[in-house]
Amino acid sequence: MITEALMLSAILFVIGTFGVLVRRNAIIMFLCIELQLNAVNLSFVAFSRMFGIEGQIFVFFVMTVAAAEAAVGLAIIISIFRHYETVNVDSFNLLKW
Amino acid sequence: MTFFFYLFAGVAIGGGIGVVMSKNPVASLLFMVTTLAAMAGTFVLLEAHFLAAIQIIVYAGAIMVLFLFVIMLLNLGHDYRKDLKGGAFAVLSFGVIGSIAGLLATRLRTADAMPAEGAIAIDAALAEHGAVGAIAEPLYTTYVVPFEITGILLLVAIVGAVVLAKREV
Amino acid sequence: MSAVIAPVIALAQGGGQAAAEAAHFEPFLPGLVVLLPLLGFVLNGILALRHGRDSAAAVRRGEELDLGDRASRPATHTLPTWIGPGVLGAAFVITLVNFARMFGADLEAPVIVHYWTWIATGTFTVEAALQLDQLSMIMMMVVTGVGFLIHVFSVGYMRDDAGYPRYFAYLNLFVFFMLVLVMGSSYALMFVGWEGVGLCSYLLIGYWFSDREKSDAGKKAFIVNRIGDVGFLIAMFLLFRAFGTVDFVPVFAEAETLVYAGGLVTAITLFFFLGAVGKSAQIPLHIWLPDAMAGPTPVSALIHAATMVTAGVYLVARSSVLFALAPLSSAVVAGIGVLTALFAATIALKQNDIKKVLAYSTVSQLGYMFVGVGVGAYAAGVFHLMTHAFFKALLFLGSGAVIHAMHDAYHSTHSHEDAQDMRNMGGLKTYMPITWATMWIATLAISGIWPFAGFFSKDEIIWQTAAFGGAENAPYAALYSVYWIVALAAAMLTAFYMTRMMVMTFHGENRTGAEESKHLHEAPAVMWVPLAVLAVLSVFGGWINVPEAIQTSWVGLFGALPTGEWLHHWLEPLTAQAHHIQEANLGELAHSAPFGGGEVLWATISTAAAAVVVFLSIRFVGGQKTVPVAQDETAPSGFGAVLLNKYYVDEFYDRFVVQPIVRASRFCWKTIDSLVIDGAVNAVGLVAKAFGWGVSMFQTGSVNTYAFILTVGVLVILGVAVL
Repeated sequence: MITEALMLSAILFVIGTFGVLVRRNAIIMFLCIELQLNAVNLSFVAFSRMFGIEGQIFVFFVMTVAAAEAAVGLAIIISIFRHYETVNVDSFNLLKW
Repeated sequence: MTFFFYLFAGVAIGGGIGVVMSKNPVASLLFMVTTLAAMAGTFVLLEAHFLAAIQIIVYAGAIMVLFLFVIMLLNLGHDYRKDLKGGAFAVLSFGVIGSIAGLLATRLRTADAMPAEGAIAIDAALAEHGAVGAIAEPLYTTYVVPFEITGILLLVAIVGAVVLAKREV
Repeated sequence: MSAVIAPVIALAQGGGQAAAEAAHFEPFLPGLVVLLPLLGFVLNGILALRHGRDSAAAVRRGEELDLGDRASRPATHTLPTWIGPGVLGAAFVITLVNFARMFGADLEAPVIVHYWTWIATGTFTVEAALQLDQLSMIMMMVVTGVGFLIHVFSVGYMRDDAGYPRYFAYLNLFVFFMLVLVMGSSYALMFVGWEGVGLCSYLLIGYWFSDREKSDAGKKAFIVNRIGDVGFLIAMFLLFRAFGTVDFVPVFAEAETLVYAGGLVTAITLFFFLGAVGKSAQIPLHIWLPDAMAGPTPVSALIHAATMVTAGVYLVARSSVLFALAPLSSAVVAGIGVLTALFAATIALKQNDIKKVLAYSTVSQLGYMFVGVGVGAYAAGVFHLMTHAFFKALLFLGSGAVIHAMHDAYHSTHSHEDAQDMRNMGGLKTYMPITWATMWIATLAISGIWPFAGFFSKDEIIWQTAAFGGAENAPYAALYSVYWIVALAAAMLTAFYMTRMMVMTFHGENRTGAEESKHLHEAPAVMWVPLAVLAVLSVFGGWINVPEAIQTSWVGLFGALPTGEWLHHWLEPLTAQAHHIQEANLGELAHSAPFGGGEVLWATISTAAAAVVVFLSIRFVGGQKTVPVAQDETAPSGFGAVLLNKYYVDEFYDRFVVQPIVRASRFCWKTIDSLVIDGAVNAVGLVAKAFGWGVSMFQTGSVNTYAFILTVGVLVILGVAVL
């Protein structure tokens, strides 16, 4: 059961990563990051079957951080959208001098 | 039980693929909600009842709704443009990620061989404190300081979000 | 010298030095001897800089600083008159006090006055320390004493020159470095002085730097000296390798652990001698000294006759222990010396420039000194060094007085005739009698006429050559016989060319010109007094070291002098070790010359022969018709032309050394440097640039790309961790 859960976690993580890499829509990329986080959460829960309750507590913290990140990240997307009128990441290349 | 697990796993994977492949952001979002719900199901199967509950309430309920608000706010609901990167980059990405998955898989195969001591402890805690008490007990004793810090983190995130998102006055 | 010694003894005994303490030598402010000339350099240097600034300001105002009127000269021009010779005088007085104290004491081992540690790296340390012993004391006396006289003379000679303060600054700096050279307690410190005097020599040869030829002469001296300095350095490195130190005292104490006539000691001494060859202008590096005559004449007297060029002799004498251990090196030293003595003397026969004659004469006499130290007669070499300092300084200063007068004469008519060419002189005896008389004394001294100073020192060297060659186990005995004959022959040549110079300059008709000759004048007192003092020293200076073997004979004044072999005994503590080594390996020295005859006989023969040569050459040269340069069209042919052109050594070097080096340098510049090295450097830059350009492709500004690269990184780390 644990192995299967970890496998599922890995598959979801890979799907999430692929989404981050190939999508241009910033909000979808964000969703994919959430998917990655959830995949990791699943791993933690699975490992808690082996190492104890701490795994679940860690998931709790991850969720908190995910919520905070979502709030700030979406705020950033909003302010970017106000400026560029788009959320397509190919439209802004500020990460280049 | 195994049947349910595979059912949830299938739904989660299908939802995940839907998230990545959907043209419409709203569709992606709904696929994501589906995935989260399916994962909540696996949490239940892994005896993490409280987490399953907050997965539904906080993740699928609150955070995803926040996303939905933003999509609607930015009026992206009618955006059907194909924004998948195609060609060599996608193939290359797939290859790299597939390699990572392959490497992980070689290791995960042996996980069941390890003793599941945690499961026994968790079962005992569940019997003693109930689903909420089992996770609340360490959270308010051993991990009380990190717990309080997450509170501060959320406060900071709220302030940051407001500052970033509000229009210039 | 004895004229100096007598009052000094009195000073020492009356100076409160109790007889009970006689055995103890207490140095008196030795550091001040070195520092005073340095102080003079600083003060004169400041004045020179101010002077330069003032004259530049005057030029900007459209004026010119007037130095013609002696009353209205600025302070920057009058103060060096007192500072320059003043510091030297004070240093000389301190040296005298030290000498008196050392004279009263029975100094066995050198006294080291330690100041601070100059270099300390690992096992190698060099102390900034002065070594006071009998040899450095003699050198200090010569440097400060003769130096003081030359400084005084310079006041008269250079007073009207615009660069007067600069001149004294350089001259003081030179004395400072010369004192470091002779007083330093290690080869490293000696090398500091060695390089320093080279620098000052360069600065003073090129003193009139606006004249291209003169500044080139300075460069030539500097560059030729570098060749020798390499030898000095290598010798020092070898010494350090052998003993782990370059201090004199420990090196000589351990020197005898080296194998007698072994490769190492021979290499060390030969490399030291290479340094000496450069500094003392011996074959094959003699070419710079005649050109060095481009400097002011007192500079030639001080640096290129009395002190700096004798540094090589001092070096060999100082390293007597090492040279005694290396018979091959000693033979090379003596051989080079005797060859140079003959070679330079023959060139001097045909020179017309009065200073060139003296320059080649100096080279020749330096050769004699090397013969002396090469045959183990270290005291004799130092003795000749000292007497030569007296009479050669006198000759140079006398020629300076002549040039000064000639220059004034030609200046009065704005003529551009050569003031140094002897063909323009003649008959100067009537115009400048003091110069004439003093220079004749020096000429007789250098010619080896009894009882002048040069007779005793030169005869000592020639005799020691014969005695050394005749020693029981002497190496290369036949070679030393040849040395002896050549040295005798060169002595005769010396007598001839010096007499020729005197006759051409002072005797016969005056050829300066009718109008010009009215302006010929005797040197002022500030110039002739040093001449007179040096003349006294040239007469009596040799009496301090009359050889015992001839002391009671007529050539030794029938024992009238109480100072028999005084210098020899004075230097005994330092040369004893070398003599001990020599005696142990060579056995007793011979008591007769190769063709029989004792020291008295050969001394008599040589002085008589010299006297005959002087007398004959007066008749011979005086009988020749000499015409002024302007009318002189006689180009010598045959061997005379070879001599006039100095055996074409300069041309030979230019063709076979300088030009190949220039071509090689051009090759290195154009091909190696510009093409290969610059090309390699540029290629490396291009590669980096291309690589950077390629890598910059990854910086797309797209988040996806960055995420992809990050993922690849994860894959790599994971791959390393798992596989």
